[in-house]
Amino acid sequence: MMILCVAEIRHGKLVSSIFELLTAAKAMGQPVAAAVVGGAAASAAADTLKGRGFEKVYVASHASLDGQSDEAYAHALKAIVAQAKPETVLLPASAQWRAVAPRLAVLLGTGLASDVIEATAGADKKVQVVRAAFGGNVLSKIAVKGSPAIVTVRPMSYTRTDASGSGAVENVAIAPAGWKVKTRVTGFAPEAATEVDLAAAEKVVSGGRGLGNPQGFELIRKLAQTLGAAVGASRATVDAGWIPYRHQVGLTGRTVRPRLYVACGISGQIQHLAGMSASDVIVAINTDKDCPMMKLANFAVHGDLNEIIPAIVAEVHKLRGEAPAMAGAKKAYCRASFSRNSAASAAAMPARASAVRMWRASCSARSRATPPTGRSTRSTSSST
Amino acid sequence: MHIVVCVKQTPAATQVPVDAATGKLKTEGLPYGLNPWDEYAIEEAIRIKEKLAGSTVTVLSLGPARAEEAIRAAIALGCDEGAHLVDPSFDGTDNMGSSYLLSLGIRKLNAAKPVGLVLCGKQSNDNESGSVAPALGAWLDWPSVAYVRKFASIDEKLAKIERAAEDGTDSLEVDLPAVVSVIKEINEPRLPSLKGKMNSKKAPVAKWGAAELQAEAAKVSAGGRLEIVGQTPPPPRGGGIVVPGATAQEKAAFVANKLKELKFI
Ligand SMILES: Cc1cc2nc3c(=O)[nH]c(=O)nc-3n(C[C@H](O)[C@H](O)[C@H](O)COP(=O)(O)OP(=O)(O)OC[C@H]3O[C@@H](n4cnc5c(N)ncnc54)[C@H](O)[C@@H]3O)c2cc1C
Repeated sequence: MMILCVAEIRHGKLVSSIFELLTAAKAMGQPVAAAVVGGAAASAAADTLKGRGFEKVYVASHASLDGQSDEAYAHALKAIVAQAKPETVLLPASAQWRAVAPRLAVLLGTGLASDVIEATAGADKKVQVVRAAFGGNVLSKIAVKGSPAIVTVRPMSYTRTDASGSGAVENVAIAPAGWKVKTRVTGFAPEAATEVDLAAAEKVVSGGRGLGNPQGFELIRKLAQTLGAAVGASRATVDAGWIPYRHQVGLTGRTVRPRLYVACGISGQIQHLAGMSASDVIVAINTDKDCPMMKLANFAVHGDLNEIIPAIVAEVHKLRGEAPAMAGAKKAYCRASFSRNSAASAAAMPARASAVRMWRASCSARSRATPPTGRSTRSTSSST
Repeated sequence: MHIVVCVKQTPAATQVPVDAATGKLKTEGLPYGLNPWDEYAIEEAIRIKEKLAGSTVTVLSLGPARAEEAIRAAIALGCDEGAHLVDPSFDGTDNMGSSYLLSLGIRKLNAAKPVGLVLCGKQSNDNESGSVAPALGAWLDWPSVAYVRKFASIDEKLAKIERAAEDGTDSLEVDLPAVVSVIKEINEPRLPSLKGKMNSKKAPVAKWGAAELQAEAAKVSAGGRLEIVGQTPPPPRGGGIVVPGATAQEKAAFVANKLKELKFI
């Protein structure tokens, strides 16, 4: 019995989601191996992983796997599965692997649970998962009976394990020429390098119509940089053309599950909540103290965001012992991008569960009635 | 080009009550409609049809009798005809079974008139699994590309596509036929036209059950693959606090201290 965790490589870099899968797999109490599929970067990634808590690291590497073709990735992973014979395969529920996992499940003739927020070992050692549906308003517990069970795990559902070890790398022979792959990646246009990726962000600062105009996002970016957070937005602002669609959080945008979500001038309509209400700690800044977002928030700040946001930026700098509006912002950003790209920083981050416990404790003393609209969803739909 | 759009009729609701005793969803009486994501797939199919002379768009849906409404709604938007996969043995199938059945439907359509492109929404608003389009590609042994934000170009043989990823946009070329799932960014869906509405009433919608599709029961039934143990509403979120303070600065100081306490800064 073994759990195989699939590593994601994007543009030559190992994505830290593999260490979230490691946490989930270890808790299931079975031996854990890693699978790496890719071009030249795959071998380097495997070398990293063998020293990071995986007993075995299976690598399928070929120059043709440099750009992601879903067909080729599914075939390569199938070859790894044939050699490793896992009981369960955990993959990151990223745009890449959410698209490959179904193809793999068909090739293996097995069952697939996608975008789960929890994966545990059931009594019969089969994996049991929890996944969200209907915009996060229904949680389904599902037993995956097919073998191997294919499971994609939503980013940020688990903390990242920062372990060391001395595993072994095993190469898996593949023959891509026989796959007759019909997609070719011809180019890539990266997001602006100064942006923190929403889906994997520990912290998100979002702006809504309350910003008043497109320039309002300058305030949002300032707070985001100060906190090392990604920038999110409500649909109202995206539709108004104040910010590109990829920032949209919600039912028809992306789902985020950060440890901290700061909603500025967002009323909290159900479609927006569908994308963020599973965040651990929510701070709302709004002039309307009765809007749904203020009711949902752990910390509801009643006031004009044009005054509150700069004041928070100043106070944070003060607490850090920095002069406001100087290198501080930049430093905070570097920390964020580091924590996103490097699992080495995992240890520096407070464990998700403990952060939740802390705010619960800090709230319980002065808690008020559960808000009527505060449908809390520990989880919601994912999107790209 | 023969384009097939796969659509699903789903509850037009985000709040679905759960029966606490049985752990099942109470779906009776819910309003149903086209899965919102599929509207973008329909729109893109119509746009490609308008670009490539002689194209037709077939709407394909798996679902109970009422799903015909979704097929007719898609025809009202500009699709030409429909095929409805309906059979009591299809109820309760999973993502693998649904994609298998849709692949059989496409094989039938393909045999009558070769299919160049299959379009899907990126996921459904009920299950939100996003797995049907890629799985469909695998069943057909056709390429699949998910989360597509743009068709840069398309002809009978080749599509140039932009795919959204977390860190940017991939450009791809894919040989047709292929299965593509699209995101909201790809277009702005139109409203039904009068002509479309008229057409939706009389356009042919084929009905295919397990026998017509020659579906293998073991592939349709979810039993060997997935079992729903129970469904619940999410746990309620604890109440929060209204941040105290007379001025913006006092409130901000309170928030900053909390952020520090919680180790966010
Ligand atoms: C099918 C469908 C899908 C949808 N999908 C999404 C989605 O994915 N994401 C999404 O966000 N929405 C979505 N929506 C839209 C959603 O219903 C809301 O319209 C939208 O979220 C509202 O955005 P908002 O909160 O920014 O604007 P508003 O609702 O207008 O709220 C603005 C808020 O700003 C506050 N405010 C004003 N001035 C200030 C100030 N100076 N300081 C502080 N606060 C201030 C106001 O009190 C108010 O609460 C969808 C809708 C539909 C029908």
